Amino acid sequence: MLIPGRSAKQGTSLNKGKLKDEYKKITSILEVNSDDMVRLGLDTGDQVKLSNEVGETIVSVKGMREGKLPVGCAFIPYGPPSSCLMSGETCGSGMPQSKHMMVQIELVKKVEKEVKKVEPAN
Amino acid sequence: MSSAIKDNSIVNEKIIEDATCTFCGCCCDDITLTVDLDKKVITKAKDACVLGKAWFLNHVIEDKPIARIDGKEVTLDEAIEEAAQNLIDAKFPIVYGLSDTICEAQRQVVPIVDDIGGTIDTTTSVCHGPSGMAFQGVGEPSMTLGEVKNRADFVMYWGGNPAEAHPRHFSRYAVTPKGMFIPNGKDDRTVVIVDVRQTKTAGVADIFVQVKPGKDFELLWILRGAVKGIEVPENVEEITGVSRELVIDLVNKMKNCKYGVIFFGMGLTMTRGRHFNSGALMALATDLNEFTHFVAKPARGHGNVTGADNVVSWQTGYPFGVNFSRGYPRFNPGEFTTVDTLTRGEADAAMIIASDPVANFPKPAIDHLKSDKCKLISIDTKQTPTSEAAHVSIQTSTYGINTGGTVYRMDDVPISLRPAFDSPFPGDLEVLTKLRKRVNKLAKEKNRPYATSKYI
Amino acid sequence: MNNEIRIINGIVFDPTNNVDGKVCEICIKDGKIVDKVSSAAQTIDAKGMAVMPGGVDIHCHIAGPKVNLARKLMPEDHRLDPHFKTKHTSSGSGGIVPSTFATGYRYATLGYTTAMEAAVPPLMARHALEEMYDTPIIDNGFYVLLGNNLFLQSLIAEGRKEEFKEAVAWWLNASKAYTVKLVNPGGDEPWKGHKNLNVKDIDDTSKIVDLSPRKVIDAFIDAVHELGLPHPPHIHCNNLGHSGNFDTTIETMKTAGDRRLHIAHIQFNSYAGEMGKSPKSASKEITEYVNGHKNITCDVGQVMFGKATFMTADAPLTYLLRGYKPQKWVNADTECESGCGILPFDYQGMIYTHALQWAIGLEIFLLSEDPWRIVLSTDHPNGGSFMNYPLVIKLLMDYEFRKEAMKHVNQKAMNSTILGELKREYTLNEICIITRAGPAKCLGLKDKGHLGIGADADITIYDILDDKEEMFNAPRYVMKAGQLLISNHEFISDYTDKKVLRVAPEFDKSIEKVIKPFFDDFYSIAFSNYAIDDEYLHDNIIIEANVKNNIYEN
Repeated sequence: MLIPGRSAKQGTSLNKGKLKDEYKKITSILEVNSDDMVRLGLDTGDQVKLSNEVGETIVSVKGMREGKLPVGCAFIPYGPPSSCLMSGETCGSGMPQSKHMMVQIELVKKVEKEVKKVEPAN
Repeated sequence: MSSAIKDNSIVNEKIIEDATCTFCGCCCDDITLTVDLDKKVITKAKDACVLGKAWFLNHVIEDKPIARIDGKEVTLDEAIEEAAQNLIDAKFPIVYGLSDTICEAQRQVVPIVDDIGGTIDTTTSVCHGPSGMAFQGVGEPSMTLGEVKNRADFVMYWGGNPAEAHPRHFSRYAVTPKGMFIPNGKDDRTVVIVDVRQTKTAGVADIFVQVKPGKDFELLWILRGAVKGIEVPENVEEITGVSRELVIDLVNKMKNCKYGVIFFGMGLTMTRGRHFNSGALMALATDLNEFTHFVAKPARGHGNVTGADNVVSWQTGYPFGVNFSRGYPRFNPGEFTTVDTLTRGEADAAMIIASDPVANFPKPAIDHLKSDKCKLISIDTKQTPTSEAAHVSIQTSTYGINTGGTVYRMDDVPISLRPAFDSPFPGDLEVLTKLRKRVNKLAKEKNRPYATSKYI
Repeated sequence: MNNEIRIINGIVFDPTNNVDGKVCEICIKDGKIVDKVSSAAQTIDAKGMAVMPGGVDIHCHIAGPKVNLARKLMPEDHRLDPHFKTKHTSSGSGGIVPSTFATGYRYATLGYTTAMEAAVPPLMARHALEEMYDTPIIDNGFYVLLGNNLFLQSLIAEGRKEEFKEAVAWWLNASKAYTVKLVNPGGDEPWKGHKNLNVKDIDDTSKIVDLSPRKVIDAFIDAVHELGLPHPPHIHCNNLGHSGNFDTTIETMKTAGDRRLHIAHIQFNSYAGEMGKSPKSASKEITEYVNGHKNITCDVGQVMFGKATFMTADAPLTYLLRGYKPQKWVNADTECESGCGILPFDYQGMIYTHALQWAIGLEIFLLSEDPWRIVLSTDHPNGGSFMNYPLVIKLLMDYEFRKEAMKHVNQKAMNSTILGELKREYTLNEICIITRAGPAKCLGLKDKGHLGIGADADITIYDILDDKEEMFNAPRYVMKAGQLLISNHEFISDYTDKKVLRVAPEFDKSIEKVIKPFFDDFYSIAFSNYAIDDEYLHDNIIIEANVKNNIYEN
């Protein structure tokens, strides 16, 4: 399950400009619970494909310490990648279901060993 | 006010005291800005938070055309003419955005939409729109933020992450400040955070309540029942992820505080249950007034989204999602809200003011906006994916930095802005006033039924 | 453009200038009434029609934060009453709390050209002003809520009389208000700070400052008198709505001594009986006091059957009423200044209390001997919409109609009143007084409410019809500031020179040094961002200070 939201870095980077690289990078980082990382065989920095019935997008993952996120939940700052997965159905409310979206995660590219300097954040 | 502005002619620097930051709904009005008038930049933003600093310090006057049609530079008047023609020719024109501009500009927009028989919607519909709908059903006990500072001994945040989205909410209003009846600040308050994620916000909590994703309504309804004296179910932990002991403890704390407040965020409105969640929360706060003084408030996002709500409400009677095609305003979320009118492919012209749906709307809506079935008009202060995709794009100056005007804080308190330096770009008010006059004239010429003369 | 108009053959009602139904000519130039105009002037033949000054509403709730919350609260009500766009007017929403555009147009279609918003917290004054700019046609002003202002109360408690007066003047300037409004003085602190309690009576001491409502009221009457505001403190008394509250009302009036005081919607404060039990009418006791005291003015706050909305700074009262009608409810606390409650409501003829309230209002109208000091109001929307005014007028002018109406409401209530015995019928001249000339005088608006030379050319022309409701419901012509806006019952324009009415009493600037530390500690906005800049105001008129003891002094 995916929960898009705001973060301070997303907020500061959008002031610099949404067409700048920093914003694009920050809105393309998926936070995943450490247990899920192990279960899915992922390391921080891996490229994964998120997909559902609406669309798909490629982002990089970042492991999160146990307890920060419930098992089965992933977080991503709002941005173009999260939009690709968001359905236009509002159930008569005007509000798309922008948090609590069901998505599939598939590994597309392992982070290269020599580049991998970042350990899962603790 | 000139008393707050001191000119220093030697370095051509200007200090502006008590400037207001319009990045988020906190609208902190105690920022001291140091402005380099030669370079036209703000060099210091004392007391601003990380978001506020980014808002002020990254603001540069870019060397860009004021107006473009299909990417080609044109004069402002040409762009306004094209926009007016597009709007008047459209069968189902929509206007969306408005949350990042001043009320004076917002007030020009409803008359435009009235003249074109279009639909107006604000970013509220994808923010606290569901809370607005819940408000219509339940009402809301609420307060200004100063009351929280002065009185609240029980402060709860539900489904929000103010540490990252409203960084000074804690220090200015709700957690740490000392108030009239809260002499010891945080020590006199019980702070409870309810969220599915253990965010940075959770760090300030006396009690952190981790609710299962999508189970907010269940937890709220159980709390409401418990306040009314209904037994907390044995399997509450299984349902909500929160232990029975904790639920009972929370209810006791809520009933026995002197002045309780719940702030709620989009963790409630954007997830399963939407307006039912907000409604349950407002009903819980209402019920608690049988025992003590209790209030609730949505924590609104953009600088003046609250102003947009207010302006659209006083001019039409409804807060967002309003259609004028029958010659009077009609409100119907799901029908006249922007995600819906775009996803269904209905809008054949869309004027987007101070907002960027191409970056954050659901994909089907974005696809329609960018398609040739929809004339896209963008009025914005920055280049965004929306402005770049637009047929007509007008670049305006930034409220609170280049232009003055009025904004409403998240608690409906109106504040006047103190601009820092001039911009070569026109203000939203100027652009929208010109557009309003032009549209009004065209509507009359086309002999549209009910063309009006505006008194404003 | 020709800005001259001549109205000929009309039957003119201008009580201020002792003209009672006389055929004479009225000339208008540049927005004012003049003695003559050129032959190029547009002529309006008002043969067989009544010519009156534009109506002045002294007490209504039409602009500002609480009004807008109520608007947002009731989409279902707007939906039933759409306000269509016309060739000359914008669209809007109607219902019990109409949108701003609809509010202005609807007042105009009743022949009203001035309306005063009766309660705005100073922190939210910008909001009220913005809505006023968006309310077409009518001139507006507002009364600023100061009666529960914690800083001002502390000055009263400490006996700092001079500083108190200066601070009141500062606040009036800072908010751009017309006068001081007191609502249930002393009642906010028990409500906000003591788990939803309220003050019990005028000599009760609220728990935060050792200060009774009477001391607060007395201090404000003094300060406003000394500042010479054109309108005295406008008070919503303690215990409003409670059985047996007429004592509190009379005590409040006695507190004024021989200084001026305006009692708002006095009907809601004219109940006999025991607190907590069914009310009885105390219209006799109340009107007796008002009749005998020239310093007192009031508006009635007539209750009309049908939809209403409670919308008041008296938050504990609204919560209490919610107990009777568990509807959606809004509470809005404003830091250091005010409370507020909102509750949709409807008055039903078959309910004893509602029928009695209706009767008490009419009794007060009929028992009052001086029409100049009693103003027609429904406390819109608390007692019902301002759109009821024509019906109220018919009830006052037509005894047979009144008797018939009494048959269709709760008989127990009717039997407990003397309404049936009151055969008085208001004359057109008296109606002109209670809807225009009187309120203008109570407000100290010298250019309004009359048709003498130099007055604002705000004029309404009605066909004289037997059915007075019909007559006052649809004026044939309405002029505002010399502009003809309604002609033959239809809008021909909505553009007019409209203004904000306000006061600007002088004050010693050093008072800011006394006030600022309180702001720094207890407000959530900066002191320098609180006061409204003069530049923020659009067209406005400052009504000059003028100390007087009653409305008859010049």
